Amino acid sequence: MNLQEQNISDNNFESCIKCTICTVYCPVTAVNPDYPGPKQAGPDGERYRLKRPYFYDEALKYCLNCKRCEVACPNDVKIGDIIQAARIKYASHGPSLRDTMLANTDFMGQFATRLAPVVNFSLGLKPVKYLMDKVLRIDDHRTFPKYSGTRFESWFRKKAEAAQESFTKHVSYFHGCYVNYNYPQLGKDLVTVMNALGYGVRLLDREKCCGVAKIANRCIDEATRDGENNLRAIREAVGRGDEVLATSSTCCFTMRDEYPHLLHLDNHDVRDHIMLATLFIYRLLDEGKARIAFRKDYRKKIAYHTPCHMEKLGWTIFSTSLLQMIPGVDFIKLDSHCCGIAGTYGFKKENYAYSQGIGAPLFDQIRASGCDFVACDCETCKWQIEMSAGVPVLNPISVLADAIDIEETRRLNGVS
Amino acid sequence: MKDTSIEYDVIVIGGGATGAGTARDCAMRGLKTILIERLDFTAGATGRNHGLLHSGARYAHTDPESAAECIKENIILKRIARHCVEDTGGLFVTLPEDSLDYQDAFVSDCLKAGISADVLDPKEAIRLEPSVNPDLIGAVRVPDGSIDPFRLTTANVLAARLDGADILTYHEVVGFLREGDRITGVRLRSRRDGSESEIRGKVTVSACGIWGHHIAELAGVRVNMYPAKGALLIFGHRVNNMVINRCRKPADADILVPGDTICVIGTTSTRIPFDRIDDMEVTSGEVDLLLREGIKLSPRLAYTRILRAYAGVRPLVADDSDPTGRSISRGIVCLDHAKRDGVEGFITITGGKLMTYRLMAQEATDLVCRKLGVDRPCRTAEVPLPGSEPDAADENRRQHIIGLSTEQKAAEGRHGTWSGRIETGSAADEALVCECEQVSVAEVNYAIDELHVHNLINMRRRTRLGMGTCQGALCACRGAGLLERHDRCTQRTLDDLAWFMNERWHGMSPVCWGETLCEVQFSSWLYQGVLGLDHSGPVFPDTPENLTETEHEAAEKV
Repeated sequence: MNLQEQNISDNNFESCIKCTICTVYCPVTAVNPDYPGPKQAGPDGERYRLKRPYFYDEALKYCLNCKRCEVACPNDVKIGDIIQAARIKYASHGPSLRDTMLANTDFMGQFATRLAPVVNFSLGLKPVKYLMDKVLRIDDHRTFPKYSGTRFESWFRKKAEAAQESFTKHVSYFHGCYVNYNYPQLGKDLVTVMNALGYGVRLLDREKCCGVAKIANRCIDEATRDGENNLRAIREAVGRGDEVLATSSTCCFTMRDEYPHLLHLDNHDVRDHIMLATLFIYRLLDEGKARIAFRKDYRKKIAYHTPCHMEKLGWTIFSTSLLQMIPGVDFIKLDSHCCGIAGTYGFKKENYAYSQGIGAPLFDQIRASGCDFVACDCETCKWQIEMSAGVPVLNPISVLADAIDIEETRRLNGVS
Repeated sequence: MKDTSIEYDVIVIGGGATGAGTARDCAMRGLKTILIERLDFTAGATGRNHGLLHSGARYAHTDPESAAECIKENIILKRIARHCVEDTGGLFVTLPEDSLDYQDAFVSDCLKAGISADVLDPKEAIRLEPSVNPDLIGAVRVPDGSIDPFRLTTANVLAARLDGADILTYHEVVGFLREGDRITGVRLRSRRDGSESEIRGKVTVSACGIWGHHIAELAGVRVNMYPAKGALLIFGHRVNNMVINRCRKPADADILVPGDTICVIGTTSTRIPFDRIDDMEVTSGEVDLLLREGIKLSPRLAYTRILRAYAGVRPLVADDSDPTGRSISRGIVCLDHAKRDGVEGFITITGGKLMTYRLMAQEATDLVCRKLGVDRPCRTAEVPLPGSEPDAADENRRQHIIGLSTEQKAAEGRHGTWSGRIETGSAADEALVCECEQVSVAEVNYAIDELHVHNLINMRRRTRLGMGTCQGALCACRGAGLLERHDRCTQRTLDDLAWFMNERWHGMSPVCWGETLCEVQFSSWLYQGVLGLDHSGPVFPDTPENLTETEHEAAEKV
C-alpha cells in the first residue's frame, strides 16, 4: 500500500502524537492557569479552528513565542508557529495603540534618540509611569531601556566607516534597533572585535527592524514590508561575499525562521548566511582562520543565561565556548529557563505578574551564583535580568571586546 | 431492573436513530413506551456511516422518491435538530473523466425533486471549497450538510425519556412472549450479569437494522434482508468544509463529508454473510480504493493523516435480482406482520436511511397507533429535540461567546442548549479529560449522570472522548478514573480500559502507517509499557462476540 508516502500538514500540526512534552516545557503554563498550554493552543486547537474560526481562543495571546515547545517536541511540530499564525489569522481585534507603539521600535527609536535626555528623564518619572500604566496599560514596575543620544549608525558613518574598507575581508552587521537607538556600545564592541580579528564591518543598506515586535503584536503588513526590505539588503551583502552577523539572538532567529514561517517570505537563498557573531567568530578560531589573544589581567565570574530563541537556534554552545576560552573567567552556565520578558510581552500590564513569575527561578539562581555579571545574547533578557535580579548583563561580544588583548590580537591576524 | 408487572403500550427494540426516533414519537403521542437496546445506542449502522445530511441530490437521478423524502427531512432536521446538524452546503463535481451531460440531467432531476441545484463556475467552486480537485470541469451546489448521528440519537432518547419512556441498554431480546398468534412481550437477557427477565407490551416494534433479520426469526417470521458492508476512512482534521460528491452515477468512495473536527470518505459496497455483521474488518483493498477515489475529490487526502477506518452494514431489504445492491431503492419498509404473516402485535421498520429516521419512526408509530386505536397526530417534525429548543438567552449568550473557552464552545456544539447543564466555574470542572476533542471533566460527569453512560465506549459516543487524534491514548485512563469515581465500573475499570483501547486499535490497524503508526506505538508504550495493561481479562459486555457458545445455542433454540 503506497498511496500515502507521507503526511504533510501546515507547520506539521498533524505530526503531534499528543505526548504533551511541550506543555511540560512551556514557561507560561507553569504560572498562568488561563493559558491552555502549547499543545491545546497549537495542534489541538488547530483542528477546531479549521472547523470554524469561531473556536479561536483569545487566551492564545498569553503565548510569549519563546519556542521552547518546539525545542521540546520530539516530532518536529512547529507548535509556536501554529499559535502565532492563529493569532495573526483569527484574533478578533487588531493591535491596540499600546501594542502598535511597542511594536514600532524603529519609529519610536528615531523619535526618542533625537530627544534622548528628555525621553529618558520622563520615562523614569513616577507620574509618567503612572499615566502609562493607567492609560496605555504599560506596567509601571517596568524599567525602560535608556535611549542613546547618538545612534549607532551615525557613530559608524562618522567614526568607523572610513577605516573598514582597508580590510581585505568583510562581514556585514545587522545591528538591530537596540544597538542603534539604545546601546550603540555593543555595536562599537563588535567593530572592535571584528577589526582585531582582521575583518572590516559593513552596515546593511537601509536596515529596518527585524520585525519580531511587530509580529508579536500582529502588525503583520508592516513586519512583512520591513522583512522584504531586510532580505533585499541581506541579499546585496551576501552577493558581495559577506556573511551577515547579528549580536541579538532574537533578530537573528526572526530573520532566519519567522520570515518564512509566519511572514511567508522566502529566505532560503540567504538563510544560512544570517548568523550570530559568536558563531562566526567561534568557527574562525576553530578553523584556524583567525587567532585571538586575551588580557592576562582579566578576572571575572560570568554566569551565562540562554535566551529562548538561542535555545531554539541551538547556538548556545558557540557563545559559551568563546567565553570559556578567556583564561581568567570563572564560568557558570545557568539553567536554561525563560526570563519571562519575551520582548514587548513583559511590558504589558496584563502580563507583568506572569512575566516576573516565569523568571523568578532564574533570578534566584543568578543572585545565588555570586557572579560579577550575566552574559547573554539577547537585549530584552538583559532588561529583565538587570531589573529583576539586580545584576548587570553583557553581550558576549562586549565581554570579548573587554577581555581580548586588542593590540596582540590585531598583530596575530596581521592587522596593522 | 424494570418492573415486569407493567404492561407497556409499545416495546421498541433497537437503540439506533430509528429506534430512538420511534420511542420518541410513541412517547410524544402518549403511549407508555420502553426502548430496548442489546448494546449501546448507535452501536450499529447509525454510528457507522458518513454522517451526511443528504439533500437528496445523490438519489435524484436513480431514486426520485428517496430524493424527495431526503430534501423534506433535510429541511425538518435543520429545524428540529439544529445542534446535530451543520449546514455546510455540498458540491457535486464533474471531473475530466466524467461527462458534463450527466451534470445537465442531474440538475434537472434535482429541480424536479425540489432540491435546489446551482451550477457553479469551476473557479467559483474552488473559491468556495479550496480543497476540491482543481481539475474539475463542472460543479453544482446543493443543500447537503453533515449530521452527527450520535448526538441525533442521544437527543431522541432524551426526548423519549422526557415524555415518560423507559430506556434499557445492554439488554438483548432472546425471545418473544406469545398468546396464540399475538406477540405480548419480549424475553430479555442482561449483557452485564446474564440475568433474564420479561417485559410485556401490546405492540413490539423491531427497529434493529440488519439485526432485524434475526429478531424477525425469533418472532417466527421471515424478513429477507441482506447485509451490504460499507467501509469509510476518517481523516485527522477537516480537509473540506463543504460536502464534496462526484457528479456521476453513485459509485464507491465518491462522497467526502466534513464532520465535527474530521472528515470522512466513503463508502464501498460489499455483500457479506450474516455471520460477519458483528465483526467487520476493513481490508487493505478497501483502504486503497477509498484513498484512490478520495484523492480524486480532494487531492489533499493523499497526504492527510488517516485516523482510522470503519465499516457499517446497510440494512437493505433484499432484492435478489441485483447482486451489487446499488440500484435498490433505499425506501422505507414498514411491515405489519399481522397482515403479512398473521402475527399480531409485531412490526418491523427497516430500509430507509439515517436521513429518513424520523419519517420511518412516524410510519411505524402511525401503525402502532392504528393497532392501539389511538388517534393522535405526529408532531416530531415540529417540536425541536432536546438541545435544539429555541433559546431566549441564545442571542444574549452569543454576544458573550467571545469569552468562552474552546472546550465550552465545543460542548455547546455537542449538547446544544443542554450544555447549560454542564458545570462551569471551578478549575476541577473545566479541566480537560479529552484534549483532542476538548471534553471537560464536567461534560463527562454530565454524560455519566444524564446520558446512559456505563463504560468508556458509551462515554465516547456521548462526548467524542477518544475520537480525536490520539484515539484515546491520553484521555481513556482519565475517563476511566471518572467512571470509577461514579462507581459505575469499579470491578471492571481495567477491562473497560483494555477493551476501549483495543476498540480504538481495531479502527487504526487498517491505516497504521506514518503518524498513525507513531501514535499507536506511543499508546502501546503508555498502556502496555507504563501502565501494564493487558487484555487477557474477561471480555467486556460491549463486544458483540461476547456471547458464549451455549448462549448462542440458547438464543437459536427460541
